Amino acid sequence: MTTTSAAERPTAPKRGIHHQPPSMKVLVVKILLLAIVDAVAVFAMTALFFQRDWLVLTIVALATLLVNVIYLNPGMLPAKYLTPGLIFLALFQVFVIGYSMYIAFTNYGDGHNSTKDDAVAALISQNTVRVEGSPAYRVQVVEGLPGLGLLATAPDGRVLVGTAEQPLEPVDPGAVTMDGQRATAVDGWTTLQLQDVLQRQQEIASLQVPLSDDLNDGFLRTTDATNGYVFQSTYVFDEDADTMTDTVSGTVYRDLGEGQFQSDDGQVLGTGWQVGVGFENFLYPFQNQKFGEALIWVTIWTFAFAVLSVGLSFFLGLFLALTLNDPRMRSRKVYRVLSILPYAFPSFLSALVWLGLFNTEFGFFNEVLFGSADIPWLTEPWLGKFSVLLVNIWLGFPYMFLVCMGALQSIPEELTEAATVDGANGFQVFGRIKFPLLLVSTAPLLISSFAFNFNNFNIIYMLTRGGPRMAGVDENVGHTDLLITLVYKTAFEAGTRDYGLASALAIIIFIIVAAVSAISFRQTKALEDLN
Amino acid sequence: MKHSSLMKAVGVGALALTLAACSGGGTPAPTEGGGESEAPQAGGELVIWMDQNRADALEDVVATFEEETGTTVEVIVKDFGAIRDDLTTQAPSGEGPDVVVGAHDWIGKLVQNGVIAPVELGDIAGDFEDVSIQAMTYNGAVYGVPVSIENIALVRNTDLAPEAPATWDELVSTGEAAVAAGDAEFPLLVGIDPNNADPYHLYPMQASFGGPVFGMNEDGSYNPDDLQIGNEGNVEFAGALAEWGASGLINLNISQDIAKEQFANGASPYTITGPWNLTAFEEAGVNYAISEIPSAGGEPATPFVGVQGFMVSQYANNPIVAAQFLTEYIASDEAQTAIFESGQRAPALSSAFEAAQSNEDVAAYGAVGAEGVPMPNIPEMDALWADWGTTEAQIISGDAADPAAAWTSMAEKIQSTLDG
Repeated sequence: MTTTSAAERPTAPKRGIHHQPPSMKVLVVKILLLAIVDAVAVFAMTALFFQRDWLVLTIVALATLLVNVIYLNPGMLPAKYLTPGLIFLALFQVFVIGYSMYIAFTNYGDGHNSTKDDAVAALISQNTVRVEGSPAYRVQVVEGLPGLGLLATAPDGRVLVGTAEQPLEPVDPGAVTMDGQRATAVDGWTTLQLQDVLQRQQEIASLQVPLSDDLNDGFLRTTDATNGYVFQSTYVFDEDADTMTDTVSGTVYRDLGEGQFQSDDGQVLGTGWQVGVGFENFLYPFQNQKFGEALIWVTIWTFAFAVLSVGLSFFLGLFLALTLNDPRMRSRKVYRVLSILPYAFPSFLSALVWLGLFNTEFGFFNEVLFGSADIPWLTEPWLGKFSVLLVNIWLGFPYMFLVCMGALQSIPEELTEAATVDGANGFQVFGRIKFPLLLVSTAPLLISSFAFNFNNFNIIYMLTRGGPRMAGVDENVGHTDLLITLVYKTAFEAGTRDYGLASALAIIIFIIVAAVSAISFRQTKALEDLN
Repeated sequence: MKHSSLMKAVGVGALALTLAACSGGGTPAPTEGGGESEAPQAGGELVIWMDQNRADALEDVVATFEEETGTTVEVIVKDFGAIRDDLTTQAPSGEGPDVVVGAHDWIGKLVQNGVIAPVELGDIAGDFEDVSIQAMTYNGAVYGVPVSIENIALVRNTDLAPEAPATWDELVSTGEAAVAAGDAEFPLLVGIDPNNADPYHLYPMQASFGGPVFGMNEDGSYNPDDLQIGNEGNVEFAGALAEWGASGLINLNISQDIAKEQFANGASPYTITGPWNLTAFEEAGVNYAISEIPSAGGEPATPFVGVQGFMVSQYANNPIVAAQFLTEYIASDEAQTAIFESGQRAPALSSAFEAAQSNEDVAAYGAVGAEGVPMPNIPEMDALWADWGTTEAQIISGDAADPAAAWTSMAEKIQSTLDG
């Protein structure tokens, strides 16, 4: 192997690096495509500029620059091939893994959804309530020297005006322009037109005009720029002390670094924010013994499921390929088509059909095959495992069949003949010659098939949703759960969604799959030496 | 040589696509006009997330809104169930919607995650059915404008059961008589899941044993500190559930699809379901009537009432326009009736609700729902569903030998989860 590649190397420059200038047509296509890339990039950068997203803007700018340098430069041939792939890799793999890593070290989840500033704003808005029994005002947004203000008409016909700093005070009725029951303009103030209102919505929505100098009287606020109500904020955030105070009960809530406000007696305010939690998510399975044990069972089952799925469907596929490759077999084409059918149906559809077949009372299996038996195909822990495995093998063997058939046909007949001449019998020819050669071409496919089945979310989710549930574990963990469905449940279906824990589990899966793949690929190198 | 140039060309093309994908969503093109040409892009574009059904129903209302206010509306159609998670994850980025449609039982979680803001309805709050406003209220603030009310009820096949059953025993005996006579296959159809049963569809029976889930405050809101699921009435219900499971009245193998299909086939005199399945029954030519579910345990068998409504994002870029759209347009007869007509769920606005009473099915479901209580909208509710359902399934299947003990241990487990 090494000798051949070394021998090839000196000849390489002749073919590749000193290439002639490209033809006119290719050059035009290249420049056109590059122009499209640049145009799109400039468009994206403009949009990003207006969104003030400087980080992404810088990345796009650098990437575009790099792409132009690579494709306009006559050299750099390997880079020309690799760049598109590398960009996709960075975007869809590296970024995703990096982001998951970051989430795994936070408490992101229900109740810890955004930043502290957002949480403070949300808490105050949630606890800004209308003063019970207070009158409803008709308001007009106006602007004067002190800034934005509200011109309010009380139900009794009094007209008042005020700003955030200047409490509401009555205005001279003579200076007011009325439109029906609602004052729309007053001397000394400019009435905001609809367009201005539309443009300054955030400002208007956050405008709070105190009713009087006493803050306890509440303030006038409008949510739709025509109706104003008297509100009171029951929560006050003290920025210097970093505390949130409930003004009704007088309870003080503090930030103790756990991403939430909590009082001295342990009461927690519902809306918190994201903070880093170090390795807490990774340690969770060790601290919570029952969940840890469940996780071990799920991991073992995940390995068993992936190995058995690949192994059994491979041997079934190989068996069929051998049988249907035999020229003595009649109507081989019909059988081949039939064998490929499971592969041709959309797997979602197949899973649904199987789900129906497995129904304990109305399913085909129990009803017809087992004479109205009551076999709990999907609701008994071991039978559930058996059933999902059965469906998965049914779905998987046609692929293995196709792959094996292709690989078998590419093995030269002379080898078989030579072996037969040397006195090998059929089993020896297969076991010592064909099978090892077959593995050379199929081993990488088996490894990728393993990685796929290790994360085969669809089949589990469609058939059992991971059930039946394990007894004695607080988290919703089932007997047929794979690690990936467990991650999904933790992130999206748990009573309290925990994206941090889910990401930590996802990283563990990534490490397992990466390690298994790396080891297996190293092993297959040995197989390649057979050649 | 030729090959390599081609590869390069393809490579550059792929890059163009990638970059285009990255920049996608940067500046959404305004949908259908209506906005005045000088309308500022930055201020007057309302983004609404709705499901296809409601988007179609509200097309005219949205057009009127655009015309009258000069705002551009961008409707983004989403799967109804996906709106909750998408809003939670996307709103904080500032790229989310101004207004979304959602179910009232999401409100607790959405508030906990700080993604929706209260909407002050002022005097128009009185124009809605009380239960719908109660459902949209959380911690004393109203989070949105309700549009539809839905609940389940007993649907009977009038050929097999001409009269509404007055008692649960009557329901069972009529059902069993129909099965014995060979007219039907099942005495009753309730669609549930083999592993997780269905606490929502089984709740009316549970309520008839006098067992609420959470205690209620004086103002009708749920009190998360008062978990009631382990109380006496509920434990009694567990015993009844085991009996029904053993006799086959409640059957884990009857999924919602099977229940719907079998009732449409005339295989059972009774089913417990919502208005969403009526079309299928009508198409199948079943003569049906809707009535309240008879009490199994002595108290009224009240279903959970679900309410859907429009809510405003805490991160809305256009809070004023969003509030206007909700309080003036969604709270209109026109909008409420349009949504009712497309989904057959009773409108929440009282005037539209009254008008819809001319439809017999709506009136019948409404009468049952009027007795019901809103499904709890407190975030603590999410901790219940999974355990609640699994335990019900274990009791029905008989896997839990002692139903009362299984129920009590479930209640303890939920309590410990809530205590954190």
